[in-house]
Amino acid sequence: MSWLIFALIFWAGAWALNVWLARSIYHDSRGIRVFVPVLFGVTLLILWEGLVRGFNVSPVILPPPSMVAQTFANSTDILWQDFKQTVFKGALTGFAIGSSAAFLTAILIDRSLFLTRGLLPIGNFVAALPIVGIAPILVSWFGFDWQSKAAVVVVMVFFPILVNTVQGLREADAMQRDLMRTYAASYMQTLIKLRLPAAMPFIFNGLKIATTLALIGAIVAEYFGSPTRGMGFRISTGVGSLSIDLVWAEIAVAAMAGTLFYALVAMLEKAVTFWHPSQRG
Amino acid sequence: MKQFFAVLTVLLAIVVLWYVAVGPMNIRTSLDQAERAGEAVTPEASRDRQQVSVWILMAQNSGHIIRGYDLDRPRLPTPVQVGEELWKTTGEMVIKGRPMSKRSLIYHGWITLQSTLWGFVLGTAVGILGAVAIVYSRVVDMSLMPWAIISQTVPIVALAPMIIVLSSQLGIEGRGVPKAIISAYLCYFPVLVGMVKGLRSPAVSQLDLLKTYNATGLQAFLKLRLPSSVPYLFTSLKVGIAAALVGTIVGELPTGAISGLGARILIGDQFGTPLAIWAALFAAAILAGVLVTLLDIVQRLTLKRMGMGT
Repeated sequence: MSWLIFALIFWAGAWALNVWLARSIYHDSRGIRVFVPVLFGVTLLILWEGLVRGFNVSPVILPPPSMVAQTFANSTDILWQDFKQTVFKGALTGFAIGSSAAFLTAILIDRSLFLTRGLLPIGNFVAALPIVGIAPILVSWFGFDWQSKAAVVVVMVFFPILVNTVQGLREADAMQRDLMRTYAASYMQTLIKLRLPAAMPFIFNGLKIATTLALIGAIVAEYFGSPTRGMGFRISTGVGSLSIDLVWAEIAVAAMAGTLFYALVAMLEKAVTFWHPSQRG
Repeated sequence: MKQFFAVLTVLLAIVVLWYVAVGPMNIRTSLDQAERAGEAVTPEASRDRQQVSVWILMAQNSGHIIRGYDLDRPRLPTPVQVGEELWKTTGEMVIKGRPMSKRSLIYHGWITLQSTLWGFVLGTAVGILGAVAIVYSRVVDMSLMPWAIISQTVPIVALAPMIIVLSSQLGIEGRGVPKAIISAYLCYFPVLVGMVKGLRSPAVSQLDLLKTYNATGLQAFLKLRLPSSVPYLFTSLKVGIAAALVGTIVGELPTGAISGLGARILIGDQFGTPLAIWAALFAAAILAGVLVTLLDIVQRLTLKRMGMGT
């Protein structure tokens, strides 16, 4: 009971502190901007802990975060092995192949207005489809190891990046293109010096969408057959064998990997498109 | 018109490429079948064929390539085979008067559609309420917005089995609710982002005008902010419903569901019937297309009525 009361008091206190901070004159400073959401997250964890302990929820159903943290610390070698298999071999390989293939295809298509017109609507449509469903087919084509996971990721990330790149390449307006023509710039020069930089915000938009898709694809594909390692494998067997705390540790790894991957791409975007109004703040 | 022609050409090219790919994809299976049927095949032993590339196999056994276009369990079915399977499990079932039989994709599509719509409604509600809270409260903006972004970088498939375990422990029967939660999880984010943008879209001068009219906060919300967010809302609803469908299928895939399009894919995988997988995939694609088109029509009509149509 005391756990429950403590969690509720902590919640109220943290909320009051956040309200006060958000109204204070420092609310625009960097420290406060980071501190407020972090405190919110910590509050959620403490509420979870308090609710689970207060109501005596069995750890087989929902383990408290402290137990998950302990399992996490005890099984780092398993988690690391799964992380390598799923993220490095499956997701990142697929992401690299898929995004470079989409990028090159976009540049090739872009030379023909006819192809662009025909492919954009189709690409937009396919990008909205539940492509994850293709996972079992690709697993049966490429076998159980990471190659099939990478293949699923390639198919999933291809279309969002293709569509965004094609759209981005059309971003440079007629005036800018005319200017390049008056400089007697060749096709390649126009592409590299004007159109690719102008397309970068769009390309990064596609890349950011693709980071999440890559992890989803790699994990789903593992549900359909994998060697005895990998995050998807561990989660699906963990649910069956009731080692729920390990599953939550694995989810925590997946969450951190996803956030980190996204943050890396966002940082790269900031460095590349520093000139864009959305980045100047 | 030009656009239509271009799309048609690209579609045609895709179908042609698909047909060309069927040959090499299926040559090994067709040669195995031909061997079992007692026909001459080079190299004769199945093990020797594993060492030879598909191109050489096709050159040496050109007579058997055609067999690959009519296999029962092809690695890659032809578009016609997929279409036939799709018709067999939808139109033919209707003609036989059993549209809701367990073998019919209409039944499974209906199950998936229900979860998708529930998830869509739930996700849209959460997204709109969240956006209102974010626009009106700085605390919520500062504490919630980063987590909303982080929530989308977390691979939902990792969470999906846990959501199902938890909801079954809470005494919720069936998979409808957990599937709807998973699809709402994917669906709420585009709505939230779109609505925040939309509710903030009125210019300061417009808000000032309402202040000179002595309008209350509620009036300003109902008469200015909400109407001007509608175009943003519809754009994100279209993204949202596609995401909700993805969420439902993700919710069905890894969890041993027995009905729904995702479950058809799963069962097709377990029983080794690739045609069933392909038919379910195409059914899901058609469903996504129909849903997005419907929303598009509603968007056009609404914006026209509001005087914002193009």
